[in-house]
Amino acid sequence: MTAPAACPDPALFEFCLRMGDNTLVLGHRVSEWCGHAPVIEEDIALANTALDLIGQTQLWLGLAGEVEGAGRSADDLAFLRDAWDFRNLLLVERPNRDFGHTLLRQCLFDAWHLEMLTALCGSSEPRVSEISQKAVKEVSYHLERSADTVIGLGDGTPESHARMQDALDRLWPYVGEAFLPDAIDAEVAARGIAPDPASLRAGFDARIGAILAEATLSLPDSRFAHQGGKTGVRHTEDLGHMLATMQFLQRAYPGATW
Amino acid sequence: MSSVNPGALPQSDEAQPKKRNEWPLWEVFIRGQHGMSHRHVGSLHAPDADMAIRNARDVYTRRNEGVSIWVVEARHIAASSPSDKGPLYEPSESKVYRHPTFYDIPDEAGHM
Repeated sequence: MTAPAACPDPALFEFCLRMGDNTLVLGHRVSEWCGHAPVIEEDIALANTALDLIGQTQLWLGLAGEVEGAGRSADDLAFLRDAWDFRNLLLVERPNRDFGHTLLRQCLFDAWHLEMLTALCGSSEPRVSEISQKAVKEVSYHLERSADTVIGLGDGTPESHARMQDALDRLWPYVGEAFLPDAIDAEVAARGIAPDPASLRAGFDARIGAILAEATLSLPDSRFAHQGGKTGVRHTEDLGHMLATMQFLQRAYPGATW
Repeated sequence: MSSVNPGALPQSDEAQPKKRNEWPLWEVFIRGQHGMSHRHVGSLHAPDADMAIRNARDVYTRRNEGVSIWVVEARHIAASSPSDKGPLYEPSESKVYRHPTFYDIPDEAGHM
């Protein structure tokens, strides 16, 4: 979506949507495990992670609505936009597949998210910095947990290892998008609101490299990166199906509350 | 007091250790606030001690219940036997002088 012409700060608005849509889409994906996880302990842990992410979404999309100045709430932005208006990375909309695939996706996202939030704590925009300082504590824990599971399953049985390697081969082409800057990134970086995405790559590679080495998983050689999520121009088909479920209630019963 | 938590005997006692399909059971103890003792809050399954602590964090401290977590594998807990109840506990029933009910505890002493 382009912000209405009246939006006083389109770059900040877009940036908040990118942060909030990442946590919204991944939060919903993770919540799809509720009641289905392999053991109850993991079920609760996944639900906690999903709730943390949805909590962060309220803050980011709430700020986006405030910046936009058109009276849209976080709920309006979450439930009343269509797929092409979403600004999340393609990585987070990938379907869950098996438990290992879900946790590997989580680990890849958490490692980027932690680098990003750590940098954002020093943002020149105080509201961005405040949200990040709250979120970074939650995300440090998310990464500890997802990394432990990736290591446990990667360095586990032949079957769990094979599934994790397969998950890594499938997901790796969706990692690069997070580090490729565009005009929005350039503007918010120039204003000190957010870091240049490319500057996060080294820290990410170091974290993920150490985790995957311990998990005995091999990083694919290719750095090919699917793109089109954070600009909204080329989401994968899976996002539409996810939104159909996530937004059904507000679409069928507009304005319903309880 | 020789009986041990049933089903939780050390694996090494078995000549041919059975293949485990389930993670071991852990007992979880949480300290609610500084100065209090850890209290048993429940149990959970986890593959190792680190994951048991993480699981305990997610299962038992979601509503800000704790400042410290202990976990111990259930098979390491020795338990008294219910059939020894008489000899173990009845002798203390008639010894009222063992209860410190004859003191006034000053408020400043805090939690005892």
